[in-house]
Amino acid sequence: MAGATRTPTNLTQGGKTDAGIGASTLRPDGTLKVTGEFAYSSDMWHEDMLWGFTLRSTVAHAEIVSIDTSEALAQSGVYAVLTYDDLPTDVKNYGLEIQDTPVLAHGKVRHHGEPVALVAADHPETARRAAAKIKIEYKELPVITDEASALAEDAILVHEGRDDHHSGHVPHPNIVHRQPIIRGNADEAAKKADVIVSGEYVFGMQDQAFLGPESGLAVPGEDGGVDLYVATQWLHSDLKQIAPVLGLPEEKVRMTLSGVGGAFGGREDISMQIHASLLALRTGKPVKIVYNRFESFFGHVHRHPAKLWYEHGATKDGKLTHLKCRIVLDGGAYASASPAVVGNASSLSVGPYVVDDVEIEAIALYSNNPPCGAMRGFGAVQACFAYEAQMDKLAKKLGMDPVEFRQLNAMEQGTIMPTGQPVDSPAPVAELLRRIKAMPLPPEQQWLAAGEGADVRALPGGLSNTTHGEGVVRGIGYAVGIKNVGFSEGFDDYSTARVRMEVVGGEAVATVHTAMAEVGQGGVTVHAQIARTELGVEQVTIHPADTQVGSAGSTSASRQTYMTGGAVKNTCENVREKVLDIGRRKFGTYHPAWATAELLLEGGKVVTDAGEVLADLADVLEGEAVDLELEFRHRPTEAFDLKTGQGFGHVQYSFAAHRAVVEVDTELGLVKVIELAVAQDVGKALNPLSVVGQIQGGTTQGLGVAVMEEIIVDPKTAKVRNPSFTDYLIPTILDTPTIPVDVLELADEHAPYGLRGIGEAPTLSSTPAVLAAIRNATGLELNKTPVRPEHLTGT
Amino acid sequence: MRVTFTVNGRKQEADDVWEGESLLYVLRERMGLPGSKNACEQGECGSCTVRLDGVPVCSCLVAAGQVEGREVVTVEGLADFAKQRAEKGGCASGACGTSLQDAQQWQSKPSDSELRSRAADSQTGENTDLSPIQQAFIDAGAVQCGFCTPGLLVAADELLERNDSPSDADIREALSGNLCRCTGYEKILDAVRLAAARGENRTAGQGA
Repeated sequence: MAGATRTPTNLTQGGKTDAGIGASTLRPDGTLKVTGEFAYSSDMWHEDMLWGFTLRSTVAHAEIVSIDTSEALAQSGVYAVLTYDDLPTDVKNYGLEIQDTPVLAHGKVRHHGEPVALVAADHPETARRAAAKIKIEYKELPVITDEASALAEDAILVHEGRDDHHSGHVPHPNIVHRQPIIRGNADEAAKKADVIVSGEYVFGMQDQAFLGPESGLAVPGEDGGVDLYVATQWLHSDLKQIAPVLGLPEEKVRMTLSGVGGAFGGREDISMQIHASLLALRTGKPVKIVYNRFESFFGHVHRHPAKLWYEHGATKDGKLTHLKCRIVLDGGAYASASPAVVGNASSLSVGPYVVDDVEIEAIALYSNNPPCGAMRGFGAVQACFAYEAQMDKLAKKLGMDPVEFRQLNAMEQGTIMPTGQPVDSPAPVAELLRRIKAMPLPPEQQWLAAGEGADVRALPGGLSNTTHGEGVVRGIGYAVGIKNVGFSEGFDDYSTARVRMEVVGGEAVATVHTAMAEVGQGGVTVHAQIARTELGVEQVTIHPADTQVGSAGSTSASRQTYMTGGAVKNTCENVREKVLDIGRRKFGTYHPAWATAELLLEGGKVVTDAGEVLADLADVLEGEAVDLELEFRHRPTEAFDLKTGQGFGHVQYSFAAHRAVVEVDTELGLVKVIELAVAQDVGKALNPLSVVGQIQGGTTQGLGVAVMEEIIVDPKTAKVRNPSFTDYLIPTILDTPTIPVDVLELADEHAPYGLRGIGEAPTLSSTPAVLAAIRNATGLELNKTPVRPEHLTGT
Repeated sequence: MRVTFTVNGRKQEADDVWEGESLLYVLRERMGLPGSKNACEQGECGSCTVRLDGVPVCSCLVAAGQVEGREVVTVEGLADFAKQRAEKGGCASGACGTSLQDAQQWQSKPSDSELRSRAADSQTGENTDLSPIQQAFIDAGAVQCGFCTPGLLVAADELLERNDSPSDADIREALSGNLCRCTGYEKILDAVRLAAARGENRTAGQGA
């Protein structure tokens, strides 16, 4: 890119050839990240670039009466002001599954913070000030904020004239998607129950709160196209949504992944990509957009808040009889990933337990609340919060140990899911529970560990010095969860990898090129490890992810190591065969083993399975390179039946269990989480260091939602009240306990190397384990996240 | 306005600075030093932490004009800064910090760093000279997305400068102004413990 001084670069990593899979190889981008050299999307820079700014609605639901941009345009330093009327083609909406989201609002705004106009100027502050001079006249409409207002007889339809593929089967146009699951006969089975427990649970709206706000650079091309440098989770999904609204063929929108400052689902949807491109194409200049934290809260979807009604029965010897549940997810103003979240919430609503008779319904609403979509755990998180609370209630009512009760009902390989799908790989639910229960407990009264006097830093309230131990009660809680891995319900979920093997400087080296979004999870580390294992080379170069290679699918659903890792493995295996063909052609006559033995690539050489060296890879590849690009698919799945929910819907399952230890200052309602122990089955740890890092990170996001995180939306106005890190709190290092991790590796024979997707499972059970521990400490029922001091003190 | 100050040992000048611009903006957008990150713009996340006359500050909350004539160290200068500190004997007492005088006397050696950059791997920066805390973050797996890393490194380096064997509670207290969303902080604690155990005088790369 001419004139650009900061763009993504190759990552080349040497390393011993034993730095293959299973080794805790260090990140190839680590040095760049600790020196400040790594080029994040917000660091993109170009000569003569302009700064874009997005003007967003100040109300949640209103007709737009008029927009006057004349004053903004007259401002010195302003190059362009765009509204709906400036959109270049007939396609004016985009969306992940349903194209219901306007690029810029037209006639109506449906949520607080919806983009209405764009400004490009020579300084970000100039752009902001010009945007403030755009005059928008709104005529406010009543807001839809919950199920009652969405389905009321006189409810305004959030989207008039729906014709999407779900519109035909939903009971009301303000329901995005509905998925029932009926199996067995819950009413009949309930008659066998000796105890029945029910509850209503409320899960708050969580923000992904990735540290690197939405940002990127759009550079107009000489061919009328655009080069985009952005942070996203799926380049090709972005591309499919961007090109049509720009009126460009896909090949004229060239996307390169820039450094991504975390994602957690919040970058599955488009944010600034289209806006920056529009401004760049209009002005003929490169345009950079960087959201600040306030705007970031409006710039991406959140985790669906949910209301969940659950009824379980059990016999007196502790066997579950039936489940009835109803899950209402608030999808907000636009569909985003809501349909898939509904599919997950319903199909995983039973949890990792054996229940043959179920009656389940999950729906997502359209409302005027902020749009909700993907976040780590994706529908399974909300369900786990409810079913785990139910398990504790049942155990208590039966007078059983909560862990033993869970183990008694735990699913295992061979269990039939409520969807009728058999679990056909290891499901060590009881074993994971056994492991966390067996871990040593942290010592009591740690605040006295230093000897004389209390170290208040170990106490609830911390340095606020609110207690020296008086009124502090310990509690312990357990939870376990089940998450699906990969895209479900019949989606053609594939990944592409291009691998090149050649001689550079007398050494055989490999280059791996995929469109996988490295968002911090360490996919680039794993790809290099796989190439070393499969090709026997030391030096591997990871090419920047872009749209010049086929799709890698999304960095979500815990799928990337399985899918793009699987694609790299598959392409490497094919490259290896080509390399051996070349070897046979060049050297086959010198040694019979070329024709007869099983050949491997190891340590830069071709060797027989008996360990005999046949040739140097550098000699085989001298003057020739092997370069292949291939797609990789997981086994096919099918859609869930719209009436019964039956179907082979999921690819793989992932399990984690938590034990939380908390100390609660019962007088002030302050909670200190002392320890969050995790046990998780990962199938095969390709990089143990990264695996543990993922588990600890996911656990901490679950902790956040348990005791601090919630986007608060005013129920009267549907406006967001706390869009900042001052008011939306995420765990600091002081709030986060020690997180001991026990990793189990039971291979899944369907998956590459037997691995299991791991990123999301630890986010599920962390929250209910903390809630269970607080209930254990306080004796309170606590049916809502997050637990706040007033819930504990009753004030 | 024009602002003149020292960044990573070199005198720097920025012209046409608007009075409302932060130190962070001037570093990132006018001086070509984007290592310090903008993640909240209100002093809550610590991603923009730099040393200002030795004191860790959120550079998003410092007006550029306030830095006139003063000394700033960013993550880009951390390796040089740590190296020079080690050459001067570091902080033997364990609680000395950097005096204002020391901070202002500190000078980087550009010829060294140019030599190093020629020797380093051009793509990944392997063989780049790193400070002990930078190396420890890589070795301990404390880096995932890395967006919080520059601020955490500056804060952790300052902690180790004044306390060469911090307790876990000390580390948590010192880093409580730096948010990380990826790691759950466990490996960040590991990294600081590792750097403390290795000590200032040990060179980079020994733990890999």
